[in-house]
Amino acid sequence: MATYSLKTPIREEDIRVLRVGDILYLSGVIVTARDAAHRRIIEYLRAGKLLPVSLKGGVIYHCGPVVARRDGTWEVLSAGPTTSTRLELYESEVVEKTGVKLIIGKGGMGPKTAEACSKHGAVYAIFTGGAAVLAAQAIRRVISVEWLDLGIPEALWILEVENFGPLIVAIDTTGRNYIEEVMKKAEEKLKFFGVSLWPAVRYT
Amino acid sequence: MIEAIERAAVEAIERAVIYIPPDVKAALIKAYQEEENDVARAQLKSILDNIELAEKTMRPVCQDTGTITFYVDVGYEFPGVRYIRDSLINSVRVATQKIPLRPNSVHPFKNVNTGDNTGRYVPQIYWELVPGDSLKFTVVPKGGGSGYPTVLRMVPPGRGFDALREVVLDAVYRAGAMPCPPTIVGVGVGGGIDTAIFIAKKAATLRKIGTLNEDPELAVLEGELAKAINELGIGVMGLGGKTTVLAVHLDYSHRHPASYPVAVVFQCWASRRATAIVKPSGDFQVIQ
Ligand code: SF4
Repeated sequence: MATYSLKTPIREEDIRVLRVGDILYLSGVIVTARDAAHRRIIEYLRAGKLLPVSLKGGVIYHCGPVVARRDGTWEVLSAGPTTSTRLELYESEVVEKTGVKLIIGKGGMGPKTAEACSKHGAVYAIFTGGAAVLAAQAIRRVISVEWLDLGIPEALWILEVENFGPLIVAIDTTGRNYIEEVMKKAEEKLKFFGVSLWPAVRYT
Repeated sequence: MIEAIERAAVEAIERAVIYIPPDVKAALIKAYQEEENDVARAQLKSILDNIELAEKTMRPVCQDTGTITFYVDVGYEFPGVRYIRDSLINSVRVATQKIPLRPNSVHPFKNVNTGDNTGRYVPQIYWELVPGDSLKFTVVPKGGGSGYPTVLRMVPPGRGFDALREVVLDAVYRAGAMPCPPTIVGVGVGGGIDTAIFIAKKAATLRKIGTLNEDPELAVLEGELAKAINELGIGVMGLGGKTTVLAVHLDYSHRHPASYPVAVVFQCWASRRATAIVKPSGDFQVIQ
């Protein structure tokens, strides 16, 4: 468990040394994106349209913030992560086509994202779910906001952060997936308890 | 009276979204003190730091300020009965602007957000008539992350009790890291399907951690379930460690002989609630 400070734009070689369980503090620019924004990013990428903000060497944060507008400027009051699991549908394509290097969220992501991470040199890191004021503290300012027509939580908020963390690396470029490993152990325990799983509930 | 109810409700919403109630805070501190896994400890530390920071800066403790449910006890003799509904709904609009809250009310087909946290059946309001002349309501803002993995299963009545344990463990396993563990798991057993969900949600959100189930057998079962869940080792944010649940709260309803509903409702660590009591004079008090 090593601790790293990262600055955007992030280089691939700085990502490839990271391992699950490492702690990161991030400075630079992050872009929030939830379900609707991911859907639109994919639309743009497939249509060959330019995104309103470049994600090359960049950071996507799964987050829908609480914001206030004071004297004509936006202020982020509260900005913890949202559940990343839902974004498994889109993220591998986003990683492949945009050159994003760090994805931050909570709840974990699946094998498609893990594969894209190892192939294209990106990691997925966890920020403590619900620790929204702690996150907001690290946000220096709102650089801009795009796609506000999607609503405040779903818009792309382009934020400058300083020492945003602690972030825990949960998917690294070697194919390890921290939460999946924890869940594997939980599954073995269930078997040990003699509990059989019920018919699947689909979350993605 | 309109104004008093509305002010009480706005204050209750504000208190709820900023301050984590004392019982929940104590349970989180205990989890932190007992944790031996470094990663889990670091996560609990972030949670506790965040709670403190929210109090200090008076900002919502989590950005998902949820959708709001009011559990209302109306005294038969309360003088302002006719104003309650509109005042509560309006208080949500006011609080959304004032605090502010994140707008979380979206039309399911048109995908349009109303922007003020109200809408069809939103906020949810549940009514009870009680003796007395005052009005009491508890506001529960509940986030989407802990709503997502909700489970309702109709289990074969012949397997009822065994199946209950299975359904709960299965639900916790599938929920994994999604509902921001450590969670409080509410389990509603029996009833009609709506009753099962209703009592499970109340058990998860309203009952204080550390209170004992009135039924001694169920109290034992709650402890056993909590122990089994924590042994799964999912831990804080799905990163392992000792505490996956802070508590399991069970409630039941009599059921139809041919059906055995089991509902599992999750409340994330950011368990938010505040209660307002409004007197006939219009004086009010907000407690947590
Ligand atoms: S599950 Fe709870 S703590 Fe986590 S983001 Fe949602 S509301 Fe916040």
